[in-house]
This record gives sequence, structure tokens and C-alpha cells, in this order.
Amino acid sequence: MSDFSGTRGRLWFKALTGQGASMPGDPHSVLTADALIGNEQARFLCVVPDPDGRFPCARRGEVGLEEAYTLAVRVREVIDTDTSGKKRPIIAIVDVKSQAYGRREETAGIHLAGAAAADAYATARFAGYPVIALIVGHAISGGFLTHGYQANRLLALDDDGVLIHAMHKEAAARITRRTVAELEKLAETVTPLSYNARDYAKLGLLYKLLHVSNPANPTDGDVSLVRDAVVAAIQDARSGSRDLNNRIESEAAHTARKASRLVHARLEEQWNQ
Amino acid sequence: MSNPVFSREYLQRTSFIELSARDRAKCLFDSGTERELAGPFDRIESPWLAIQGVTPQADDGCVVMRGKIGGRQAVVIAFAGPFQGGGIGEVSGAKLTAALDLACIDNERGINTSAVLLLETGGVRLQEANLGLAAVAEIISSIIALRRYAPVISVTAGPVGCFGGMSLAAGVSSYVVLTREARLGLNGPEVIEEESGVEEFDASDRSLIWAIVGGEQRYHQGLADALVDDDAEKIAKTVRDFVAKGIPTVHRSELVDLYRSRIAALDTARQLNPQELHSWVNEKEEKEL
Repeated sequence: MSDFSGTRGRLWFKALTGQGASMPGDPHSVLTADALIGNEQARFLCVVPDPDGRFPCARRGEVGLEEAYTLAVRVREVIDTDTSGKKRPIIAIVDVKSQAYGRREETAGIHLAGAAAADAYATARFAGYPVIALIVGHAISGGFLTHGYQANRLLALDDDGVLIHAMHKEAAARITRRTVAELEKLAETVTPLSYNARDYAKLGLLYKLLHVSNPANPTDGDVSLVRDAVVAAIQDARSGSRDLNNRIESEAAHTARKASRLVHARLEEQWNQ
Repeated sequence: MSNPVFSREYLQRTSFIELSARDRAKCLFDSGTERELAGPFDRIESPWLAIQGVTPQADDGCVVMRGKIGGRQAVVIAFAGPFQGGGIGEVSGAKLTAALDLACIDNERGINTSAVLLLETGGVRLQEANLGLAAVAEIISSIIALRRYAPVISVTAGPVGCFGGMSLAAGVSSYVVLTREARLGLNGPEVIEEESGVEEFDASDRSLIWAIVGGEQRYHQGLADALVDDDAEKIAKTVRDFVAKGIPTVHRSELVDLYRSRIAALDTARQLNPQELHSWVNEKEEKEL
């Protein structure tokens, strides 16, 4: 996406954790911090651009091989260390351009790297760790699948700088044989085609849309609003089921995902016939 | 490839690739035990295609069948490559998720049920963009839930391959079965060429494509568990064997330290020679011992 800045992830990471570094031995493109949220420690993770990264196609905020395996390692570390007592929440701050599009990546099996990260997040969720994704910028395609989409609860800033989609606009338009203008026009009536967070909220996948005054340079009030929302999402995740059924059971999903609900009902009906 | 082409066995085989999604699913079951669920007569079509001028299909390009494989309960979900490139839409994605979830519930009740995914798909169907991507996230989650109890076996035969988000679904599976005609990768060659330039990936270079994402390479670098001829009987037998084998001690996508160290060891100053990654297979065996 031409207007991807890749600065928002780091900005919100710093605002929420007071930190902004990678763990020793990790690539500089993955920020990890343990910090307080509400009255408990949580693990925060974020993928950021690293112009000096080892992989040329993963330097601008894409999720590549190193990013995906690092996320997997840092999420699994929480599962392996918090074996007794309260389970630490895992907060994925999402501002990812996409997955990395490179030959080195395909050769070395980036699909397995993405799978490993999604696996780690899902495994944490099923084990009872509240996993929250906070979308502060772009959440595109394989980048989002790898980092954030396995969360119990999804939060997004209500802002034009937030873009959520299966593919960035230029490529999506090209593949569906449209111009970007046509795609944008169509997205006004076909909700799943939209990149906009407000439209995304209509699909029923989102736990909450957050209205902040300055998403690109948050005020103290913005930060505390987001913090409270994350705390509420953690509580909600702890009291809810560990699968992703909330995304299809939400009020908005009753309208937007009617077909999904029908499929589930029909299959259940016929399963034991 | 050169040997089997002229053999009697090759000529007399039933090509798995040439079968329809429905027949591919059917040939995996113990004869007569299978039945289709939410089939074409249920007419659950995609609600998003007609409004974009695309003709929907009564089964949305996805076939769900239940029955027995080698005497054990199983569900097979097959995608039809010819319909929208096997792309995952709201309905086809929900079919897969719902089938996995119902299999999971059966397992929780003590009825061991495996799942077989016949993945011939380019990934998310872009006409349903965000609902397709959401469906893939749910599919990945449901595979991970089910594989705690019973194996989830992914089969890709070709020629569409398994790309996009669904390559992650293959990645979290218990076993990956490929033919030489199959391809498995996150980004298709055309997408890489478009995004990163022809010098990064020349999408017209078919031998380069197969050398990197082809079934044989994926098997020899340890990213697939079986490499099988395009023969319906042989594929069915391979699936039966994995169903009987049950869940592996460890799933490949859980070996994060191992794969992370492999990535750390790569020389990224140049493009990789796919053959140098064949060493991963031996390494894996050593480290798992």
C-alpha cells in the first residue's frame, strides 16, 4: 500500500508499554515487552519496519520468516513460563503492511512460518491466555493472519489510517479486473470489500471500534481510552469461550454473516442424520 | 516423471487431479460409507457474487462428506479448483470450519473423527475479501482445535496448488500430502513478480516455480509428509495410513525453535538454492530423536 507509513505500530507500542525494543537475539522488526495493563502484566508484541533487516523483501513492515518465527517463539515463551497461576494476556499491536513477497521467503517455506505464528497465538488462546489484537494501522492479508487474527478479541481504531483487508488495493483491483476507483465504489455497497474499520465493524468480527482523537499521535486521553478498552477485552476474553465463535455469534454477524450461520446450522442438522 | 509415463501402471491409474472435487472426496472413503452434507441441493450459495456479476455455484465450490476411512470416522472437505480458483469465500470457508468444529465435538464425546482437507485453492476469494480472510483465520483455529484429538490431513494434488492463507492451513495440519504436480506456498509467483519485481521472481519461469514450491521440493525439504503419484488409489491409501497413524507426537508448526534456527542459518545475501534446503530433512530426524 502506497500510504503505509509503518510508524503507528511502534508509536502505540511505546505509548502502551513505555518500551520499544526487541528481545535480545530477536530481529529489530519484532518488538516485545512485558508491561502493566490494568493491574496485571501482559506481553505486548508488534511487527515494525527494519530497513536493515536480513531479508530484502521484509524490511518495510511486512511479516517475513524471521518476524513470524520470532512471534511464535515469544508467544510460546508465555505459555511455557506461566504454567501456574494467572495466565498472562498477550496483546498483538497490529500495523502490518502484508506478508513478505519474496523468493527467499517462498524457498524457505514462509507458509510454515506464518502457520507457526498463527499456531502459537491460537494455542495460547485455547490454553486460556487472553489474546487481544489491537489494530492501529494496516492489517492486511497474510500479515494479519500471522499476527493478530487468532485473537479472542479484536479491537480497531476508528480512523481512515486503519486498513483491514485480504490484499492491498492496487493488487485486489488488478486481480478482480477493476480499477482502484471501481473497487472503492463497489466497497460502499459490498461490505466485505471495504478497507475501512467502520465497515469492518459491520461484519461482526470486531469486539470494539475505538474512537480516539489522534490515532497518529495519541494524547494521554487516547492512550487511557485504549488501555481501558484492552482491559475490558481481556476480562471479556477470560469469561468467554476460547474458540472464535464470538465472531459469528455477535449481533452484527447475525446480519452480515447470515450465510456463514446458515452453513453452520445446516451442517449441524445433517451431521448425525 | 520420465519413468512412470510409459508404465502400464501409470496408464491404467485413475488420475486424482482429473476427478471433480466431489469424486476426489468420494474416492477416499470406504466404499458406500460416505454421504455429502450441505450439498448442492441445499443451495447455500455465496451471497456476495451475484451482486458483483459473478455466477455463484450451488455448493460454493466446496464439498463436505462424512463416512469411514479404513473403518474410522472421518470428514473430507474438498475445494473445487475450477470454481473461482478454489478461492475461500464466506460459504465455502464456513463449510470447512463447521465441519472441523463438528468433528471436534465428536472427538470430545469420544467418537474419534479425523479430517481430510483437499486443498486446491489460490487462497482468499477476493470478491469476498474480508469475509474470506476471516474464514481462513477461523479455519486455522478450528484445525488447531481438532488436531489435539485426531489427525487433520491436507492433500494438494494440483494444478491450482495451495496458496495464500490456505497455505497456513496446510502448515498447521498434522500431515501434508502432495503430488509432483502440486505446489504449496504463501505467495503465488505472479504476486511476487508484481510486488517485488521480475528480478525477484520471474513468474514465467516454470522450472524455477516448481523447483521452489513444487511438491517434490516441499517433500525433500521436509515440509510435506508424503509425495504420492497422481493416482486416486495411491492417494486414498496414503490418507488411510495417516488416519490410522493418528496424531503425530509433535506438529511441524510447533517446531518453532528448530525452524527459527534454520532461518537464522540461511545466507540471505543471495537467493537460496532450493536443493540446499534438502538438508532440513536429515536435521529434523536428528533433532527429534
